[in-house]
Amino acid sequence: MRINTREELVKARERYLASLNSQRKKILVCAGTGCVAGGSLKIYERLKEIMDGLGVKNCVMLEEEPHDSVGLKKSGCHGFCEMGPLIRIEPMGWLYIKVRLEDCEEIIQKSILGDECIERLIYCDKEGNTYEKQEEIPFYKQQTRLALEHCGQINAESITEYIAVGGYQAVAKALFDMSSEDIVNEVTKASLRGRGGGGFPTGKKWQQVLNQKEEVKYIVCNGDEGDPGAFMDRSMMEGDPHRVIEGMIIAGIATRAHYGYIYVRAEYPLAVSRLQTAIDKANKRGLLGKNILNSGFDYELKISQGAGAFVCGEGSALTASIEGNRGMPRVKPPRTVEKGLFGKPTVLNNVETFCNVPSIILNGADWYNQYGPENNHGTKAFALTGNVNNTGLIEVPMGTPLRKVIFDIGGGVKGGEFKAVQIGGPSGGCLCYNDKDNHLDLPLDFDSLKKVGAMIGSGGLVVMNNKSCMVEVARFFMNFTQNESCGKCVPCREGTKRMLELLDDIVEGRGTLEHLELLEELAETVSETALCGLGKTAASPVTSTLKYFRDEYIAHVVEKRCPAGQCKALVNFTIDATLCKGCTKCARMCPVGAITGNLKEAHTIDTTKCIKCRACIDGCAFHAIHEV
Amino acid sequence: MLSEQEIAKLNTIMEQHAYDKTQVIAIMQAIQEEYRYLPEDALRYAAKELKISEAKIYGVATFYENFSLQPKGKYVIKVCDGTACHVRKSIPILNEFRNQLGVSESQPTTEDMMFTVETVSCLGACGLAPVCTINDEVHPSMTPQKVKELVAALKEEKA
Repeated sequence: MRINTREELVKARERYLASLNSQRKKILVCAGTGCVAGGSLKIYERLKEIMDGLGVKNCVMLEEEPHDSVGLKKSGCHGFCEMGPLIRIEPMGWLYIKVRLEDCEEIIQKSILGDECIERLIYCDKEGNTYEKQEEIPFYKQQTRLALEHCGQINAESITEYIAVGGYQAVAKALFDMSSEDIVNEVTKASLRGRGGGGFPTGKKWQQVLNQKEEVKYIVCNGDEGDPGAFMDRSMMEGDPHRVIEGMIIAGIATRAHYGYIYVRAEYPLAVSRLQTAIDKANKRGLLGKNILNSGFDYELKISQGAGAFVCGEGSALTASIEGNRGMPRVKPPRTVEKGLFGKPTVLNNVETFCNVPSIILNGADWYNQYGPENNHGTKAFALTGNVNNTGLIEVPMGTPLRKVIFDIGGGVKGGEFKAVQIGGPSGGCLCYNDKDNHLDLPLDFDSLKKVGAMIGSGGLVVMNNKSCMVEVARFFMNFTQNESCGKCVPCREGTKRMLELLDDIVEGRGTLEHLELLEELAETVSETALCGLGKTAASPVTSTLKYFRDEYIAHVVEKRCPAGQCKALVNFTIDATLCKGCTKCARMCPVGAITGNLKEAHTIDTTKCIKCRACIDGCAFHAIHEV
Repeated sequence: MLSEQEIAKLNTIMEQHAYDKTQVIAIMQAIQEEYRYLPEDALRYAAKELKISEAKIYGVATFYENFSLQPKGKYVIKVCDGTACHVRKSIPILNEFRNQLGVSESQPTTEDMMFTVETVSCLGACGLAPVCTINDEVHPSMTPQKVKELVAALKEEKA
């Protein structure tokens, strides 16, 4: 049913909200990529089957009159991916974790038909405290969810639920109560900065496009979230696609652009299908397309799929890719705001940036400014991964100290002690905690991170424990950027290759102190002379690890030793004679016959034969074999 | 040479994209979906129909990681080596797949055209690291032991 006017939108909201509220209980099954991989869709089907069998009405469309039913829905990512598959039961707000198919019957019987919380499915922390309600779990309690407000709270595929919770009201406000200039001013006043990494002021960008005299302008949403270890944008596109669309429409109104593209990377098939469903539904309702809400404003939105190229996250490469070309960056100026997609003025913002827009328009810049420090207002979503107890998707006010994110929300470091955190993916840097540098109490915002040579990037936080070798990590990132270098400019194409060779030498034991000097020199050259952002920041992981973990590099090149015991070429195994009982097990297990010794006497390893397969370490019952 | 049937199929794909040359990436994705790779003949035909040079279509096809000019196996196994998977030990998973199936980086596909093993940089399922996908189905929290089981199950399925 088409919504023709603002009044109709308001009425539709009332009707859908009443209908939503009349659902006596709601089951929100997480259908983000993570939980789907854990089998959440099968759980959804099973729950439906059981309720259908019992004659319990479920999955009712919101158009219908208020009714007595249970709302069973597939929601976006709840964020607590480590504990998936997740199910949230409303109105009680219970969160069930690690749900299995066998639990479904009990969930329906006890929690849906009855009012009993199932003790064994709720979250229990390391100290043995249990939490019934999702909001009380420390992981959630310390978060402030603005951009992720609806993610996990509503049916991700339903436009009616989005309208019920206030969706598209910001578009109506922007169309009828504000001029283009008003919108740009409000966004400027909110000091919203681009969430894709650079932190460029969004209002300023919009103003520049608004100033352009061209007839045709474009709004492009960058959903090419290529940073390994980041999945915030994916979760937003999957979990609250209409919010992305709404933000893009508002950008269109603000800059008088009538065409939009969402560029999504090919590795996110679920995001593509959810967005397409959302676009189709919005078109059908008249919230996209011609004459939106009878305002005279037209807006057409399309999805463009990437095909696997990290460099396409860079603005001019992304627009080249939408145009059907090799995704290579070009020399600037002219900048994207002047000559972007198809040579027209273009607003290019990240998914999360657009997600912040509707609430700024609805609640005003002053409301938004209460979050985060001066010039860095608002919140930021992070993907918390790596060696951390609670991996998942989080959102905190800008300026939240790293310590709070890793220890209070993330539940601390897994499998060892805190060593470093890699922020901002291959363009970012490592943060650490030692006598000289304390980054744990560093506020996470654009300006503070820049000061220590890191950047917020798109928001990936990969936590590393003391078993991670920082030289290896630097090598890993260099390998990544070298693979992804588009080859257009020499500094990036050749520079990253040579830097990778130097790092290979170091981890394989051929490094010298000159290697480090050369690395630093190359890093400087590449970052000063490369053409695009990818190239300019390609050396950051190396520079930051060299700065904060220089001793580790020195240990590799001078002592030929890997302090974390990760670099195979530099690790040797030895048998502790005081612990060895001479059981001969290791000698029998060794595939290359490198271990010798008599029964009941301490054994020895011939390091020249040893292939470091670790079979002996894993097999020794007396923990007598160590790496040195 | 393309059969009539193939030409009809390629025409349908291009019609769906209105013979729009800016859609060449989407068109090639559809072709790849059909063949599981991009056959040379199909690319030549598409270039002709879209009125772009063969050099141009070849250039685009070779730029993007997702396009393959080599046929792939029935089961495409992608081992994620994004940062999060990497620090949670994805390389032993990759090596186990390669050992089990007797393939390598330069020879990613088995001779019987059943399996292809490749790496992918981040599937965004970092919470479940390390992960791999088999024909786009995500398998979470992988271990070398699980690799053995998965390969055995797939081989059984095929038999």
